Amino acid sequence: MTTYICRRVFEALLILIGITFVTYVLLYLVPADPVRQIAGRSATAETVENIRRQLGLHLPFYEQYWNYLSALVQGNFGRSYIQKTEVVELIRSRLPASLLLMVGAIAAELILGLTMGVISAVRRNSATDQVLMVVSFIGVSAPQFVVGILLLYVFAVLLGWFPIGGYGTFSHLVLPALTLGFLGAGWYSRMMRSSMLNVLEQDFIRTARAKGLSKARVILRHAVPNALLPIIAMIGIDIGIFMSGIVVVESVFGWPGIGQLAWQAIQRVDIPIIMGVTLVAACSIVLGNLVADIVALFVDPRIKLR
Amino acid sequence: MTGLPTDTPKAVVLDVRNLTTQVATPTGAKTIIDDVSFQLRPEETLCIAGESGSGKSVTALSIMALLPANARITQGKILLGQSDLLTLSDYQMQSIRGGEIAMIFQEPMTSLNPVMTIGRQLVEAISTHQKIFGDAARKIAISSLDAVRMSESPRRMKQYPHELSGGMRQRVMIAMALSCNPGILIADEPTTALDVTIQAQTLMLMNDLKRDFNTAIILITHDMGVVAEMADRVIIMHEGKIVESQPVIDLFQQPEETYTKALLAAVPKLGSMKDKPITIKYVPGANGSAPPVVEVHNLTVRFDIKDGLLQRPIQRVHAVENVSFDLFCGETLALVGESGCGKSTIGKSLISLIPWNGDITINGLSTGGMSYSEMKTIRRNVQMIFQDPSAALNPRMRVGDLIGEPLEIHNLATGAELQERVAELLHRVDLSPDAIKRYPHEFSGGQRQRICIARALSLGPNVIIADESVSALDVSVQAQVLELMQELQDELGLSYLFISHDMAVVEQICHRVAVMLLGEIVECGPRNLVFNNPQHPYTQRLLDSVPIADPTIVRRDRKLETGDVPSPIRPLNYVPIERKIRDVGGGHFVRDFDQ
Repeated sequence: MTTYICRRVFEALLILIGITFVTYVLLYLVPADPVRQIAGRSATAETVENIRRQLGLHLPFYEQYWNYLSALVQGNFGRSYIQKTEVVELIRSRLPASLLLMVGAIAAELILGLTMGVISAVRRNSATDQVLMVVSFIGVSAPQFVVGILLLYVFAVLLGWFPIGGYGTFSHLVLPALTLGFLGAGWYSRMMRSSMLNVLEQDFIRTARAKGLSKARVILRHAVPNALLPIIAMIGIDIGIFMSGIVVVESVFGWPGIGQLAWQAIQRVDIPIIMGVTLVAACSIVLGNLVADIVALFVDPRIKLR
Repeated sequence: MTGLPTDTPKAVVLDVRNLTTQVATPTGAKTIIDDVSFQLRPEETLCIAGESGSGKSVTALSIMALLPANARITQGKILLGQSDLLTLSDYQMQSIRGGEIAMIFQEPMTSLNPVMTIGRQLVEAISTHQKIFGDAARKIAISSLDAVRMSESPRRMKQYPHELSGGMRQRVMIAMALSCNPGILIADEPTTALDVTIQAQTLMLMNDLKRDFNTAIILITHDMGVVAEMADRVIIMHEGKIVESQPVIDLFQQPEETYTKALLAAVPKLGSMKDKPITIKYVPGANGSAPPVVEVHNLTVRFDIKDGLLQRPIQRVHAVENVSFDLFCGETLALVGESGCGKSTIGKSLISLIPWNGDITINGLSTGGMSYSEMKTIRRNVQMIFQDPSAALNPRMRVGDLIGEPLEIHNLATGAELQERVAELLHRVDLSPDAIKRYPHEFSGGQRQRICIARALSLGPNVIIADESVSALDVSVQAQVLELMQELQDELGLSYLFISHDMAVVEQICHRVAVMLLGEIVECGPRNLVFNNPQHPYTQRLLDSVPIADPTIVRRDRKLETGDVPSPIRPLNYVPIERKIRDVGGGHFVRDFDQ
């Protein structure tokens, strides 16, 4: 177990270094010039050149990247070009809100998606199944800003059940988490449905029924745990999708997380923040996958550590 | 129990009357069980025998109310004691299933829940029916594992199904079925997926348990050997109807119906070839003493099992260990042995589908270290036919394309010539030429295997590796395919490497036989010498285990083993024991063994 985790962490470090490189290359190639953003339109060529030198942006690419990487290894994420604050500070103040949103969204998508999938599979081809699959189709295909605004309109404006925006209490969390989780719920309900249908045809389900177990027990104790196995790996991948969703959802609901931070930074080519947020996102994806693999290990006794 | 007076010998525990079951098909309801009636008496074994599609499994599932959603019982009564099972609600049926009637299935590998321990699965059955929980239930579970002769039962309780071999898993299934003392046990092909030696043990175990628990057994099987060994009474089913129902000895000695007679005649019987001479009918060219077409010397195949941070090998599978044999023109050499003995691995090595060590010479060319393109010309002469014809044919390709593909790959024919060759090949395997435009799923199992044979023949090979090629077929179809293979051999001088686990089939088709155990050939020689006078204890055990389709032959008592089967997985530093090979005379060789 320990060697397995060590190996995975080692792999993760390589992945993260790779990601810093790719992101840095992309930002370097983007035609927008961060220095112009800082200096403003009316700045003289001399001022611009000074700022460029201050930030070290006049250096050749590989030197810039090397400087960034060596600072990073010492735990220095750099300072924001625009806000002049340490990137670490900015992320630290905003990360909890985003993590909370993400946990809420994962809970929403799993509860909604898995329940819908199980019901659909058990009531295969019934009206219930068809209705649920239409709902899941909407979840998969509707853009998140549309879902977000619709939910806001119905549940906040018309019904007044939840606040329109902001952060702080559980009721603030419900709508953003639902919006972010709805897409995943759509995916999970479809995957869970087909996974369940597959499992329900397996021989051991017939054995369980031949033992005289009740239908509920056959489904909940024998079918569902087996149907979950392929889903678990997906949850790790899902965190990556959340990272892009978070930018949209946080804007719609005014949620003070790293999504908003990233969005502002991208508009102003604030490279240290973009790099910082990308790294945080990458870390959470890598971590999510590691956790999913370890969970799978406990759920499926056939998996051996490799 | 059902409250029936079970002390009277004439009592009936299960009475099936005029059972008719239909399935919904796109073209309307189709009757798959037609007016089936039978009675099951206490402590008897009733065998329902028949070929695939005869409705024997559906009969069992009808009794258990476990039919698939598209099937429906349209008529009849199933009386368990006084109550008609067909009138019971779902909920009432739950206490019958597992409580009064238990069932075990064909596939022990997939019939247990892979994510639950053996113990939990056993305890669950006990808790459901006997309302006993916790430690008390666990005790009953352990004692039922003991009853099926599992070693170290308390430890087994914590194991998961994948940690057990097929035979062990089937024992767990039996333990689970018997844990609630059901009056009736339905066993649907319980030993079909098991090796013969394991099958023999499992059948013996079922007989012991029947005696100990007074259980009536309905045994569903296609294997007339198993019927002969197990049954008190036999029902022969064909196309959903009962063809014949008789006590076992009468059925085998005086079958009344023509179908039964044909079925019994098609069964390959071990020992039936005892006095028949071995002749290779194909006469090659001018001189009789041609060199072997395939020579294998010191073939060794080992696979590493890797693990750990750096993926270092930790164990090694000795799949094939120092195997040598020759295969001559027009000859059939059978490789027999149980699953995992390395027989298929040898087949794959011959056409270099896996890396191997040693010397293999095919048609005079040594194939060691050949490049891919050099190997391609060898493969033209060595073709394979596999076990499962439906899996071996791409379902999205037409039969004509499937058979023609090898010719195209080797640039041997195109266009009209290709079509002509394909038609010719189809004719050769007795399929009609309109098959060209059809897809594999439109054919029966036997026809699909003919397609596979036609495909193998398309390149005009002189060696065919037949890997369990008739194992998945019904006996009557099996007999036809074997006949076709023999015809082709006599005519074209093909050499067969016939890989099989079925001793009776092997005896029918082969000229020479090599018996394999854990990667080694332990005995090799002409068919009649090996079968009539087996020298190696493993060969003897193998021959002993084969159920013989004759109820008058009573088997010798065998020791019922409790442990797991030996495995070819060894530590890295394992050095294979070199054993001498003795010549017993007449080309019959035996590897030395511990007494």
